[in-house]
Amino acid sequence: MSGYSITEPSNRQKWVAGTLVILYAVITMIPLAWISITGFKSPADSISYPPKVIFEPSLEGYVNLFTTRTRVSKEDLETLPPPANFAEEIVRERGMVIVGPSKFGERFLNSVIIGFGSTFLSIVLGTLAAYAFSRFRIPLADDLLFFILSTRMMPPIAVAIPIFLMYRKLGLSDTHLGMILLYTAVNISLAVWLLKGFIDEIPREYEEAALIDGYTRFQAFYKVVLPQAATGIASTAIFCLIFAWNEYAFAVLLTSGTAQTAPPFIPTIIGIGGLDWPAVAAGATIFLLPVMVFTILLRKHLLRGITFGAVRK
Amino acid sequence: MLRSSGSGSGRLQFCQKAITMADTPIDNAAKATPPGVARKIRGLSDRAIAWIFVGPTIFLLLAINIFPLIWTINLSFTNFKANRPNRDVEYIGFRNYERILTDSDIWLTMQATAHFLFWTIFFQVLIGFTLAWLINRKFKGNDLWTTIIVLPMMLSPAVVGNFWTFLYQPQIGLFNYIVTFFTGADPSSFEMLGSVSLAPWSIVIVDTWMWTPFVMLICLAGLRSIPDYIYEAAAIDRASKLRQFFTITVPMVLPFLMLAVLFRGIENFKMFDLVVQLTGGGPGSVTEVTSINLKREAFEKWRTGYASAYAIILFVTVFGLASIYVKALNKVKER
Amino acid sequence: MKLTKYLAATAMTSVVGLAASVAQADDLTLCWAAWDPANALVELSKEFEAQSGHNMNFEFIPWPNFADRMQNELNSGGKLCDLLIGDSQWIGGGAENGHYVKLNDFFDAENISMDDFAPATVYAYSTWPKGTPNYYALPAMGDANGWFYRKDWFARDDIKAAFKEATGRDLAEPTTQKELLETAQFFQGREIDGQTVYGAAIFTERGSEGITMGVTSALYPWGFKYENTPGSYDMEGAVNSPEAVEALEFYKEFYKTATPPGYTNSYMGESLDAFKSGQVAMAMNWFAFFPGLYADPATGGDKIDFFVNPPQNNAGSTLGGQGISVIAYSDKQAAALDYIKWFANPDVQAKWWSLGGYSAHNSVLNDPGFVDSQPFAGDFLVAMDGVQDFWQEPAYAELLLAMQKRMHDYIVADQGTAKEALDKLIEDWTEVFEDEGKL
Repeated sequence: MSGYSITEPSNRQKWVAGTLVILYAVITMIPLAWISITGFKSPADSISYPPKVIFEPSLEGYVNLFTTRTRVSKEDLETLPPPANFAEEIVRERGMVIVGPSKFGERFLNSVIIGFGSTFLSIVLGTLAAYAFSRFRIPLADDLLFFILSTRMMPPIAVAIPIFLMYRKLGLSDTHLGMILLYTAVNISLAVWLLKGFIDEIPREYEEAALIDGYTRFQAFYKVVLPQAATGIASTAIFCLIFAWNEYAFAVLLTSGTAQTAPPFIPTIIGIGGLDWPAVAAGATIFLLPVMVFTILLRKHLLRGITFGAVRK
Repeated sequence: MLRSSGSGSGRLQFCQKAITMADTPIDNAAKATPPGVARKIRGLSDRAIAWIFVGPTIFLLLAINIFPLIWTINLSFTNFKANRPNRDVEYIGFRNYERILTDSDIWLTMQATAHFLFWTIFFQVLIGFTLAWLINRKFKGNDLWTTIIVLPMMLSPAVVGNFWTFLYQPQIGLFNYIVTFFTGADPSSFEMLGSVSLAPWSIVIVDTWMWTPFVMLICLAGLRSIPDYIYEAAAIDRASKLRQFFTITVPMVLPFLMLAVLFRGIENFKMFDLVVQLTGGGPGSVTEVTSINLKREAFEKWRTGYASAYAIILFVTVFGLASIYVKALNKVKER
Repeated sequence: MKLTKYLAATAMTSVVGLAASVAQADDLTLCWAAWDPANALVELSKEFEAQSGHNMNFEFIPWPNFADRMQNELNSGGKLCDLLIGDSQWIGGGAENGHYVKLNDFFDAENISMDDFAPATVYAYSTWPKGTPNYYALPAMGDANGWFYRKDWFARDDIKAAFKEATGRDLAEPTTQKELLETAQFFQGREIDGQTVYGAAIFTERGSEGITMGVTSALYPWGFKYENTPGSYDMEGAVNSPEAVEALEFYKEFYKTATPPGYTNSYMGESLDAFKSGQVAMAMNWFAFFPGLYADPATGGDKIDFFVNPPQNNAGSTLGGQGISVIAYSDKQAAALDYIKWFANPDVQAKWWSLGGYSAHNSVLNDPGFVDSQPFAGDFLVAMDGVQDFWQEPAYAELLLAMQKRMHDYIVADQGTAKEALDKLIEDWTEVFEDEGKL
């Protein structure tokens, strides 16, 4: 009698399946790996043919990403004081000097501010609303929520048309507040929907017990329901954050400088007189890295949110 | 990123049900408890709490979702141009709608979008389901590899599109190099992004790379929801593995698959970031999907009234198609 | 801060302020495209900062996004920019939509005369309606589309011999468009120093304005006109004249037979890349880049030389260039006008040219030493003599987008014939002008 159940796949099946999946995973990683190593190539290496896998690493891409430079003539170059740090050294070798920081740092910071700001707001408003939808009978709740979800079927460009005009009138164009409000509004219907699902799973008995014990409804919510919903809230929060972090269409249409986030900015990283692929790759790597780290560390929470609760480990 | 959609009042419930397939005892207990009745206890009444909790959300949604939608509908009947705010605006009735529906270029755009939609969904379903099935064989370490496969879908499509242009460069890009490595052709002999025939495929490839994990995850959830005893019973009845697959696996995963197709379909209909970075709609207008066309009308030509009508038409189309689809999905679920 | 300290600080500041003879030190933001001349302007503006006490900030946006971003900014009444060096085609919109401050009174008050600037630049960069004495910008940067090439390759005996054999004439800077194509085709696919090289890099960009700027470099020398009678918008017979069709077919042939593979969406950056990586023998680009190319040790010196866009039926170069305007939404217009006054000074203009910016001031251009100051200076003067610009209407963006689409569809995506493309273009443009009430 064999040791395994009828439904358990044979060892050989497992081996074949495993190999195929690993193969796919490796192929999937190749573009990402390529971009991260391009960030460490010199501009000449990055456009060499055939593509170099072995090369001499250089930080030029990252230096170019974070600085603005200008070309100086050979004579001026010689009269300058010796380079102050490694970045200056690298830049001098190309016949240029560092003039100041580039906009990348600001844009990245904007992504952080707007991302976390809108996530925070979405979660706060969303959890409250989800609790109310879950526990109380709100008139027309389903229809309302559904209709709002369905506006998300519109391409962002379409939504952006009236928002553009509205923000122009209200002076919210290119402001952090404007973008935070917009992202919150876009995220919140989904957040409420997800959170309602999570809160629905928490048995009402706990709150009922608390209420009987003399807590107010708000205290019951705060002390009893919230802690239990923590993992669900975490899942939703990560989902909202990733949306705001990755968003491009609204950012490119409604911001131009002060509140511009990284995604519209990265494709415009162009070197002086030509395309600076190492700098673009460096920018992309720095921008994509936090999300990748998040995904790996928090995958269980994430997977649940992304698939709307379909995946529950 | 991802969006979801129900369609119609009880259908919202359906969506939630479709995904929470198995009810645990706790779920049953929670559902059995009646919803809170408004009663005055210490502190604010339940009614007050309900409105305070829901209020800000409703307000935000009204301000940024509903009100602009109404404004767009209004604009669609005018000839307003956002870059000429001082010009007199006239109401021109349905003329914008007429122009859009009779414009042959718009139909070409729809074609490009449809091509994109069909092929991306096709490949993502094929590869995604296969992957899910393989992962369900539960080999050692499948958790780790699953996480790696999932990474691309977490990334910003705009940044991804941008660096894939680098990969697609005919002479210095990795993609051409790898293809010619296996086929021996000359790398400069074909170019993905610039050729009329290959450009749409270049987008399909990147989108599939990014979103196959999504379909995979949903299929995996579907596969995992099939209880073992059904297979055991079929095996006892001496049904072959192939028969089991077609009579058990496929029908039970189908609702999940259809849900994944719905989400991907809606997402890709709105696709903008990726295509703009990869091809910008070119060469010519071969890959100009509806979002890009809309952006050109609204924010480059500034034909705001016209673009508003376009947006409404798109909205109604997607809404309509999605509704029909969900009806079909319901039927499948009930079988 | 204690009150006394505060008062003291204020007193000190006002003394210093008086000493600098400036009422108030402002933070000005100047917006332009991100390219070599912009860096030169930063350098030049240090003098202004020292003189006026104002602080200059710069917002430079890469060309492919420059028009989009700035139009968005202007249309939303943004305060990002106090000064804008905007493209010549934006002047119509800038004037009619109230984005730009009208400068006539300022010029009169400060004795800045438009006669001091090259007439072609005043017409193209400053006036709206065209040719009327209503000024919305000061000509800041003269520019046109020109060519540069590998002088070192053209000097090699083996290449010269092969060229003579293939074409029957000597290898030299082309003097007509057809010679240009012939030269480019000669280099296409040739092996030089172990590397396959190609003929030329030209503009084919779809997104902003690239392919239009490239195609017009062929259209204008063939005699292309936008209207039969200027100001009447009668395009039939002008836009799709037989000459125009011939020129358009020429450009397509150039694209298909004499350019490197993969350059289906190339504009300034790609053209420079192709040249710098040794892929092409010649390249088309704006005169603005020539100082940088010449000064770069890797590409300049004896390895490079320049020529004006060759004529065919007549001389014609595509006009580039920008004027500097004050944005009407800015809160610091007085300081911004200070900058313009400083910039208009002939000494500053001379320094601008020496740093790499193309001054439009007569004192610089007419200076006897100008032609010899740089190898491309003479070519620049010739180019500016025969420049033509695209529509400058307020609706220019729509007109440009239509041309971008039709040109790219025909040249790169192989759709239809040249005549069909031009006919469809006239249809598009007619629709725009009808919307505008001009037709």
